[in-house]
Amino acid sequence: MNIASLLTTKGSTVVTIRSDQTVRHALQLLARHNIGALVAVDERGKPVGILSERDVVREAARNEVVFSQPVGSIMTREVVIGVPQDDLLSVGHTMTEKRIRHLPVMDGDRLIGIVSIGDVVKAQRDQYQGEIETLQTQILDNPV
Amino acid sequence: MIRPGTEADPLRVAIVGAGPAGYYAADHLLKQDGLVAEVDMYDRLPTPYGLVRAGVAPDHQKIKAVTAAFDKVAANPRFRFFGGVELGKDVTPADLKRHYHQIVYSTGAQTDRRMGIPGENLKGSHPATEFVAWYNGHPDYRDFQFDLSKEQAAVVGVGNVAIDVARILCRSPEELARTDIADHALDALRKSRIKEVYLLGRRGPAQAAFTNPEIREIGELADADVLALPSEVELDELSRAALEQSQDRATIKKVEIIQGYARRQPTDKSKRLIVRFLVSPVELIGNDAGEVTAMRLVRNRLEATAAGTLQPRPTDQFETIPAGLVFRSVGYRGVALPGLPFNESWGVILNEKGRVLDPETKQPVIGEYTAGWIKRGPTGVIGTNKPDAAETVTCMLEDLANGRILVPEEPGRAAAERLVRQRQPRSFSYEDWLALNRLEVDKGKAEGRPRAKFTRVEDMLAALGR
Repeated sequence: MNIASLLTTKGSTVVTIRSDQTVRHALQLLARHNIGALVAVDERGKPVGILSERDVVREAARNEVVFSQPVGSIMTREVVIGVPQDDLLSVGHTMTEKRIRHLPVMDGDRLIGIVSIGDVVKAQRDQYQGEIETLQTQILDNPV
Repeated sequence: MIRPGTEADPLRVAIVGAGPAGYYAADHLLKQDGLVAEVDMYDRLPTPYGLVRAGVAPDHQKIKAVTAAFDKVAANPRFRFFGGVELGKDVTPADLKRHYHQIVYSTGAQTDRRMGIPGENLKGSHPATEFVAWYNGHPDYRDFQFDLSKEQAAVVGVGNVAIDVARILCRSPEELARTDIADHALDALRKSRIKEVYLLGRRGPAQAAFTNPEIREIGELADADVLALPSEVELDELSRAALEQSQDRATIKKVEIIQGYARRQPTDKSKRLIVRFLVSPVELIGNDAGEVTAMRLVRNRLEATAAGTLQPRPTDQFETIPAGLVFRSVGYRGVALPGLPFNESWGVILNEKGRVLDPETKQPVIGEYTAGWIKRGPTGVIGTNKPDAAETVTCMLEDLANGRILVPEEPGRAAAERLVRQRQPRSFSYEDWLALNRLEVDKGKAEGRPRAKFTRVEDMLAALGR
């Protein structure tokens, strides 16, 4: 199973922000879309960073004026980017090891989705549930 | 507004597509406490079960036995089946909206991905799915021709479909004659002259998609040796490191089984199944008659992506293998349904958790849902459709509670049946199917097989005296 198959049931919107927009604007987007991170992009739509709720919390704890600052001043600039062909298992492993909670997915130079650690966990759970369901049907309902 | 879902005013649901996802969705709806739902399931074929009948290999009866669970769902008096009724031809989404509060599309992934290499359209190069549908007796494919007079076949892909095709090509006629393979396929395979079957994976043994029971099974064929190349089954540094880190037992076992095949010596069995890794087809080569005769392969090495997945990268080493018959099995893809928004990137109905989305606003449309492969893409085993369908039904119940449902003009059971009778007089009920099933099983029993399938709609009608 690859991460393309995680994006199939997520519609096709990726919520992005430009790094010169304010943190307050970013928070409004996070709240409106009920999500935990935004991909920061340049004028051509290329990802340049990621802003997570954790980035904001960390800065707001010591900086009263963070909300009027630009996203670029507090976002994480080192972004691990996924491709549609990435395997679910290795992505889950990489996200856990590197403590990444959101992985933007690019197809060539097009941003096509974002995968959260919650999506990965849910997909793994559904995969295991499906396998268990299949095995149970074969063993329990099937006196062959 | 009074919500439907009571004895007096049942929730009316149409499910389009009688495969596993459709049944799991129906089951989930019919089992809800405090909700009275009625489900009408439509399928373009007269027979139900989708890929369990037309996809799962005939020598895997244990997997097909899941149909017993589906029949229990269908035995519910609030469930009806309208077989032989096609969406877009006999009924449209607009028709269904006149009769149902909610509609679920679970039509599966009906086409295959292409390799995108020169020569792909040569005679003798086929999608594996067509061969699968043919040997399983799907009425649309029963007259397809596969030239089994060739001696070498190549199957591109190492998923369970690819391995099914390779295995069926390598089974002896005696082995096949004990299965419910379609009669026309059994006849053709009896005369098969195939001696060598290549199974081609672009990555290494640790990344192959097939599952362990399938890879073990090909080592136990009655009249075919399985072989692998020692140089291709040794794990590269990256794969070894990844496996050491994950300690995934299934993958460790899979690699062991495959490495065992590389140590085997050919015996006097009449066929050979050669499992190859780290190779990708780059071109199919043909003769003057436009028939495929060989396949050019490039050798790959593995490289890690930023997210840690090992992906194949072509090297500058090439080789050519003989192949008079080529089956590609590099993935399935859904086809767009008339009147429904489609996500071209993924080959699925545009949806969020099973709610169909408006392509402009990206907001859910009222009353339309999707489940199974046409919702999430072609992944997982049969049982994976259960959590998938449950997610869709959860959305349906939430929307029902919030009054976000269709308001059908004619919600009665009888009105929907009238529509079907009028549009498709040759439709099949579940009772029809159960009668056909008994006939198939009885005929099979006489031949020492699980069943002997009907493969023509006309034959099914005749058998029912219609």
